[in-house]
Amino acid sequence: MADMKRLAARVKELEDQLVVCIRCGMCQSVCPLFDRTRREADVARGKLALLDGLGKSMFKDPDGVDQRLNRCLLCGSCAANCPSGVNVVEIFIKARAILAEFKGLSPVKKLIFRKMLADPSTFDRLTSLAGKFQGMFTRDEKNAQGTSCSRVVSSLLPPFMKDRHIVPMADHPFHELVPSLNTPAGNSGIRAAFFTGCIIDKVFPRIGRDIVDIFSYHGVGLFIPPGQGCCGIPALASGDMQTFEKLLEYHVTLFDQENFDYLITACATCTSTIKKLWPSIYEGKSMALREKITNLSEKTLDINKFLVDKVKLCDFQGETTDKDLGASSVARGVTYHDPCHLKKSLGVADEPRRVIKAAGKELVEMEGSDKCCGMGGSFNLYHYGLSSGIGSLKQKSIADTGCDTVATGCPACMVQISDMLAKEGLDIKVGHPVEIYAGSLRKRKLI
Amino acid sequence: MEKLIDELRNIVGMENLLTQREDMITYSYDAAVLDPVVPAAAVMPENSQELGQIVSLCSRTRTPLTVRGAGTNLSGGTIPSGESGIVVLTGKMNRILEINEADMYAVVQPGVVTAALAAEVEKRGLFYPPDPGSQAVSTIGGNVAENAGGLRGLKYGVTKDYVMGISFFDAMGEHVKSGSRTVKCATGYNLSGLMVGSEGTLGVMDEIILKLIPLPRARKSMVAVYGSIEKASETVAAIIANKIVPATLEILDNFTIRAVEAYSRAGLPVDAGALLLIEVDGHPGQVEDEGTEVEALCRKLGAESIKVATDDSERDKIWAARRSALSALAKLKPTLVLEDATVPRSKIPDMVRELQKIAAKYKIDIGTFGHAGDGNLHPTILTDKRNKEEWHRVESAIEEIFDTALALGGTLSGEHGTGLAKAPFLEKETGMSSIIFSRRLRKAMDPHGILNPGKITGDV
Repeated sequence: MADMKRLAARVKELEDQLVVCIRCGMCQSVCPLFDRTRREADVARGKLALLDGLGKSMFKDPDGVDQRLNRCLLCGSCAANCPSGVNVVEIFIKARAILAEFKGLSPVKKLIFRKMLADPSTFDRLTSLAGKFQGMFTRDEKNAQGTSCSRVVSSLLPPFMKDRHIVPMADHPFHELVPSLNTPAGNSGIRAAFFTGCIIDKVFPRIGRDIVDIFSYHGVGLFIPPGQGCCGIPALASGDMQTFEKLLEYHVTLFDQENFDYLITACATCTSTIKKLWPSIYEGKSMALREKITNLSEKTLDINKFLVDKVKLCDFQGETTDKDLGASSVARGVTYHDPCHLKKSLGVADEPRRVIKAAGKELVEMEGSDKCCGMGGSFNLYHYGLSSGIGSLKQKSIADTGCDTVATGCPACMVQISDMLAKEGLDIKVGHPVEIYAGSLRKRKLI
Repeated sequence: MEKLIDELRNIVGMENLLTQREDMITYSYDAAVLDPVVPAAAVMPENSQELGQIVSLCSRTRTPLTVRGAGTNLSGGTIPSGESGIVVLTGKMNRILEINEADMYAVVQPGVVTAALAAEVEKRGLFYPPDPGSQAVSTIGGNVAENAGGLRGLKYGVTKDYVMGISFFDAMGEHVKSGSRTVKCATGYNLSGLMVGSEGTLGVMDEIILKLIPLPRARKSMVAVYGSIEKASETVAAIIANKIVPATLEILDNFTIRAVEAYSRAGLPVDAGALLLIEVDGHPGQVEDEGTEVEALCRKLGAESIKVATDDSERDKIWAARRSALSALAKLKPTLVLEDATVPRSKIPDMVRELQKIAAKYKIDIGTFGHAGDGNLHPTILTDKRNKEEWHRVESAIEEIFDTALALGGTLSGEHGTGLAKAPFLEKETGMSSIIFSRRLRKAMDPHGILNPGKITGDV
């Protein structure tokens, strides 16, 4: 009981942020999880009330609150729609950290975060090893999404693996293809650093390659330091502040070696983490480091926004059709899914669309393009049923457009959408807007 | 209690029954600034049959029940009655059962979200006008139970004007049908009318028949800027006196204008005493004529400038300012008390003056905006409930707002309902005999007092 008092005192530290919620309930209209379950504990208002209750010592143990707090995609739809401006994502992450500290991290998470994720070189080695063996356990489905399925009988698998279509790890991660790069600014006069992010590095290195080519074509100097790791969001989402801070400090030092104008990322989640969570969640004492974090987060830009705002994009709109360029079949257009961490967290929605259009593609809007795809990082592992339920709505909206390609500015959304489309056996490719842009440069032999 | 829980589980299944303390905390409040009350269980029926069985069970076991839609109630109508009570959630009874274009009506389950219905009928060229501020989440069941209003009350009326029929379970669990799918219906008592605004105290609704009307073919929006709120409110009275009925006629006072501008940087005139936002709709010719007349009236009564929206995006900008009023105010202080004391519309200038006096007298922040055209202002008090001394002043101010509205011939609540928040003040408006009559009515229909106890009439 004394322990619960101590916990209450810690949660009380969030009180000033918690009282901002006026219980109006508007979050219900946008929460992808509430849409499925209709349960108040699944929506922000309910969770904020639970944290308020925890701060007022209303519970015998924190487990029930902890469980409910973790049933959340951290998509930020509620925060973006909140009339009172409750900083929901920040509150939930801080609360998860308080609860993880109080309860202790589970042994599995401890192993994954502290022994693997926290050390980029170990993480690279282990994932590379796993990549080599993945073919033994999964079967290439030879579909438009390039996903694989488990070879093992589904009854032997944990629930989150059954029937899942996995986008396999690439043969060669980006850090093998381009271990490091340091080129001066070209015609554009701009020099940018590139934060790769885990999923692009290990699953979609082709996006990284395309960015290197696009930057070189547009005369943007690139700094890609070797030994990059994770932005820290998986640790943060599980309340592991220790791993988060270690990764943050590591990367700030890593990128501090060189001068550059912008830190570019092509992963919506990494961008949002670096831009918003690095400065607001970091609790380290060093003022010098704090200043560096602020500096770096201010320089951080989503690739689409960078291309539209800072680089003079080629514009192939209406110039030539795929047919003129000798494509075997007529393209059915591209539809775009807004990653929550781009649109709702950072307000980037128009730019990726402009990149797609600049590539000369017809953009067809899907219904509810900014509805969450249901990925939510580890939410997808722990609540695969719910995650797929939300994802299948997205799959339907995509299919309804009749497009042959769906683009999105987040590799995590790409993984989820690939799984959903592959399950339905749909012939729709999944890509990043920069891949589409690079594709049209390549077709014209510009890169 | 354990037996009750078992029986509830038998009716709705494990999946749709919640009993853990954590979940109960999340059903202990609504959007009203009142103390939470924790229920014993929450059930989520998926169809009428299950709903009927739940009501019968509650009747047999004398278990109090409170029906909850989106929990956006502003008068505490969805706060449970106590630890022995249960909450019935309508979240999974959210199907639109029929939209009849030929006869222009819709049949819906109570959990249908208002905006979802409005969008669905609009696709068919039809119109469901009631648009409470919470329409993106609020449910039709809740709207009917509270007789919810909205921005279009002036021309199109409120929820009660669109209810053609309701079927519900009475306190004994019997299924009662009222009203019909016809425009006219003169059989039996007007039980649907009785159910509207009954706040869950007379029965539990399972189906609602709603009137639809043709979607107006044209509309025109404008915003008029005034140096003083008096001039703006005089214009409101003048528009009505000239027999023009705009679809929407909203006012924002200086305090609200500044809050909205700080929040949205939409380029509002922060020095203006008040803004009037006006929309006329209907046949294109009529819209043109009325638009011109309204513009002329605004100028005549001292509007400093008038901007008429020339396309949809300009129209959206005008209404975005109004829609963000509550959000903008909410950001200023932790606690927001949204009042809805309403006066006959000709008394709007007096009410506005009195509100300013009250804010000064109690030294509190009141932002006033709202449906000036129908006399339904929303004096919005900004405070921090943790500051006990200030909260005390706020409570006194609220009571004085009530007294003022009544003195001007108005009502305590235009659209938020009585619930718990206004129950203690009801006597001021209706007198004791009206309350006693209501209690007797309730007692007759619900002898064991299981339907949302404590609301409207206090304890029976």
